[in-house]
Amino acid sequence: MPILASQISPSSDAFRANAERMRVLVADIAEKAATVERGGSDEARERHVSRGKLLPRERLAQLLDTGSPFLEIGQFAAWSMYGEEISSAGLIAGIGRVEGTEVMVVVNDATVKGGTYYPLTVKKHLRAQEIALQNNLPCVYLVDSGGANLPNQDEVFPDREHFGRIFYNQANMSAAGIPQIACVMGSCTAGGAYVPAMSDETIMVRNQATIFLGGPPLVKAATGEDVSAEELGGADVHTRLSGVADHYALDDEHALAICRRIIRNLNRNKTASLKLRKSIPPLHPADDLYGVVPTDLRQPYDVREVIARVVDGSEFDEFKQNYGTTLVTGFAHLHGMPVGIIANNGVLFSESALKGAHFIELCCQRQIPLIFLQNITGFMVGRKYEAGGIAKDGAKLVMAVATARVPKVTMIIGGSFGAGNYGMCGRAYSPRFLWMWPNARISVMGGEQAATVLAVVKREGIERKGGEWSAEEEAKFKKPILMKYEHEGHPLYSSARLWDDGIIDPARTREVLALSLSAALNAEIEETKFGVFRM
Amino acid sequence: MFGKILIANRGEIACRVIRTARKLGVRTVAVYSDADAKSLHVEMADEAVHIGASPVGESYLRGDKIIAAAKATGAEAIHPGYGFLSENPDFVDQVTAAGLVFIGPSAASIRAMGLKDAAKRLMEKAGVPVVPGYHGEAQEIVLLASKAREIGYPVLIKARAGGGGKGMRRVEHPDDFSEALSGARREAKAAFGDDRVLVEKYVDKPRHIEVQVFGDIFGNVVHLYERDCSAQRRHQKVIEEAPAPGMTPALRKAMTEAAVKAAKAIHYSGAGTIEFIVDASQGLKADRFWFMEMNTRLQVEHPVTEMVTGIDLVEWQLKVASGEKLPKTQSEIQLSGHAFEARLYAEDPAKGFLPATGTLHHLKFPVYALEGASMRIETGVRAGDAISPFYDPMIAKLVVHGKDRQAALEALGAALSQTEIAGSTVNTAFLAALATDADFAAGDVDTGLIGRHQQKLTAVPPPSAEIIAAAALAASGAGALVPSDDPWSVLAGYAHFHSGARRTRLRYGDDDILARVWVRPDGRFQVALDPPYDGANSHDLPAAPRLALWPGHVTVFSGAIGYSFVVPDPLARAEEAAAASGSLRAPMPGLVKLVRAAKGDAVIKGQPLLILEAMKMEHMISAPHDGVIAEITAEGAQVTDGTVLVRFAEQVHD
Repeated sequence: MPILASQISPSSDAFRANAERMRVLVADIAEKAATVERGGSDEARERHVSRGKLLPRERLAQLLDTGSPFLEIGQFAAWSMYGEEISSAGLIAGIGRVEGTEVMVVVNDATVKGGTYYPLTVKKHLRAQEIALQNNLPCVYLVDSGGANLPNQDEVFPDREHFGRIFYNQANMSAAGIPQIACVMGSCTAGGAYVPAMSDETIMVRNQATIFLGGPPLVKAATGEDVSAEELGGADVHTRLSGVADHYALDDEHALAICRRIIRNLNRNKTASLKLRKSIPPLHPADDLYGVVPTDLRQPYDVREVIARVVDGSEFDEFKQNYGTTLVTGFAHLHGMPVGIIANNGVLFSESALKGAHFIELCCQRQIPLIFLQNITGFMVGRKYEAGGIAKDGAKLVMAVATARVPKVTMIIGGSFGAGNYGMCGRAYSPRFLWMWPNARISVMGGEQAATVLAVVKREGIERKGGEWSAEEEAKFKKPILMKYEHEGHPLYSSARLWDDGIIDPARTREVLALSLSAALNAEIEETKFGVFRM
Repeated sequence: MFGKILIANRGEIACRVIRTARKLGVRTVAVYSDADAKSLHVEMADEAVHIGASPVGESYLRGDKIIAAAKATGAEAIHPGYGFLSENPDFVDQVTAAGLVFIGPSAASIRAMGLKDAAKRLMEKAGVPVVPGYHGEAQEIVLLASKAREIGYPVLIKARAGGGGKGMRRVEHPDDFSEALSGARREAKAAFGDDRVLVEKYVDKPRHIEVQVFGDIFGNVVHLYERDCSAQRRHQKVIEEAPAPGMTPALRKAMTEAAVKAAKAIHYSGAGTIEFIVDASQGLKADRFWFMEMNTRLQVEHPVTEMVTGIDLVEWQLKVASGEKLPKTQSEIQLSGHAFEARLYAEDPAKGFLPATGTLHHLKFPVYALEGASMRIETGVRAGDAISPFYDPMIAKLVVHGKDRQAALEALGAALSQTEIAGSTVNTAFLAALATDADFAAGDVDTGLIGRHQQKLTAVPPPSAEIIAAAALAASGAGALVPSDDPWSVLAGYAHFHSGARRTRLRYGDDDILARVWVRPDGRFQVALDPPYDGANSHDLPAAPRLALWPGHVTVFSGAIGYSFVVPDPLARAEEAAAASGSLRAPMPGLVKLVRAAKGDAVIKGQPLLILEAMKMEHMISAPHDGVIAEITAEGAQVTDGTVLVRFAEQVHD
């Protein structure tokens, strides 16, 4: 296999400047990650611990195998969205290994507003379930939640993608043979009671867990009956009398040990249908990625420098190297798994789009997973290109991306603008996972272009009426637009809304892609049937 | 030479004999009991015959079955090993009567040495020095006192029926004799109901030195120098060596001559050992040794002699027994270097050397000896074999040889510190402590050495934080992943930014230890421990700690010490959980019949509490866990299902 040689000099000024800027961006995200990882306030956490409970991230670690990777999703969900900090939307979710099996773990964080469900909490829970469904991953729910967040009930309760969908998903995943395990470690009230009730197996922790449709105050109001929460819906009641739960646990540690045993007994076997190779590290250090990539998205660079720092042995078998050169396509291996890589190296032309569609056909035919390295300003515009049919060629690429059934993983390493986002497997194209680098930007078009487009329209309007618009006025007009695009295009803005699955350290791109892909291989790779390509 | 022999033994000695037999082209037949059906000696032998149940009385002591096995397999001779039937003259007669050869001395030789008093008289007659003493029936005080004077002070007055030091008095001076005698008599009377005593020379600093002899049927007898077996604890040899430290040419000459004389006196043929007691209080002197007894068999510690003479004693046994002459003359037998043998036992030195049992889940012997030294490991077990209560709990003998005592001792220490045994309590650390004991290292040994230093020799320092951390890491399952390229197996601890810590619990002795394990950004594991062990981190952890995981445990090896930790099963609390509602309920309607506990009683898990008669059956209701009864149903009560029969007082959980 041809080995990618690096043209970059780590001692160059440009490299150093890039690296320094990226370090600042990564450090900022890491610091914010540390904030959300703490969960709720100090008081809330102390109260939680004083009840003999483990903190949510301790529960998570206790459930997972020692040293298991944790591919967290939606870490920055709800970031800066609800006025007060709702860390990770009050819900920790991600893929980890339990007894050697990859599972999707969903952990309520009761230290964050009692673990109640905000709109983004619901969205995140559903996203976790979607990942589990697509990738055939058993689900473990560590339940400790007050249920729907009442002030936000209109955005939580009634719609198709709201609270009820959680149980719908549980039912349908169970039907699809994807195990659903609930470990109730705190409250689980009203609608929330269906999480354990809809699970295949359920554990309850004594003196902590309660499951009931109506709590003691409601019972008192409705029937006058005085009853404690433990008597009404504690672990003893539900494991001995009602059968709502199956396993009685003495405390969190015991419950999680039982949970691990349940996973051990699932009788699952991950069999990859891929022809695997021995894994070898890239020839170039991953840390170089900081210096390789200019943080100014307008500055071009060769995306092969990125590929060389991600794939096994920096080996890359390029496809159609001399054709449609603004899109780089080729075969490589990632931790021994064969992958097809599609990476932007400039604006998309008809040829690049055709090349991309052709390459996707190859990968689907051969059942090779696809990795998209997205850094795209969009498709080429202009009379010549429209006449050349760039719309139909772009459509071919979008058709191929949309209908490809091999696992797709998207990494946004730079810009993600306009239709380029579609052609490069943006969120709407259901990649199994979508990750972002801290330097990435996402919006319908670049801020500069948007401001210019709007300014052109505005100027035309003014000038049509015979008015005048000075350059200063135009600059003043454009400034808020630029700021808005800068703010809304930031990865944190995207992550907060779950447009992506998380922001990662670029130096760990290889790890994230490998874990994502390997997790995806828990599901059999389906046959692809493409739609009609406009010729 | 024989074509085929049967080995009437088990364990390491059976394996040892098989090895030499194979070298000489002699086929071997093993015998085995139920417990030994899959043991190493059975595997090694060409054939094996089952001879009975596990207790020795039903198997290895059954001469008739062994002879039958030899006849059935066509073996021409029987090698008895040591112990079991090796010094049983009746068995020798039976073997001979069956037309087979006993690989060992004649029945007459064994009988001659079998009765200790008679043997001593025999030796005295042959001019071999014996411990001066009076063993006569007459007990008059005047007679005893004059005998004491004849023997020479200091003397020891011992109860004839004695044992355990009862009725024993050391007398330094004739003036003290009568008082000591009456004291000894009183004690003897009280302890054994028999106040008769004997008087012996008191040996002040006794050493146990023995001489290996070999005879053939042509009347030739040679010696193969001495072994020192003074390192003993309660008459159990621990580390043996050859030659004896501090041995002088004069004493060696006197002792070996006496030994050859002793063997010749009984027309000895085969391998034998003459044991002497040596007074080392004024150094080794040629007139300060006395005959104690003769072992008419191959000794456990024979390998040290082999190491310093280069002679295969088993080979000689087979040759002599098949009628050949001794392969070497006395002058051809040379002493070279120094050898030690350490006996690895399944026993607990800290608990008075209580024998231990268990499965040797992990068993790793050193592979290489120290530079310049050589080593052999004599063992009859493999990893996974069990040390059963039926037989001697010896696991192996570590035998090393060096150019001098110092070199050999260093090699022994190195070998011990590379020995890893987990699954049973073992004495490796004790042996290593003895090997490095200042007196022992200086060759200043006597039979009381271990007793005097026992505290120090059996003390094990508490595990360091690094050792606990290594145990916690192993117990946590870190690194136990199946080798694979799967990123989920190899990308340990990946998290987008910060990875979490997992708890692992351990128990060391009575200490509960909580450890937290996580993966640092550099991919290495880090362990944090609760006080008083806190501190360990991955910098301090050895890259590849020597440890063994076995059911419910992890053992970390540090030098010769194996620190065994219990890894509590987090699910073992299931029973507690099953009954944790704090009460026992009737499983079905019935009549409470026999209430055996009352309110306030502290009961232990499994203790019967009452009987419930239901569906014409009696159901025993037992305590599901230890606890105190807060309430219990009265006898005669008719209950329905789910009725609380027993309620326990609220328990405090850890």
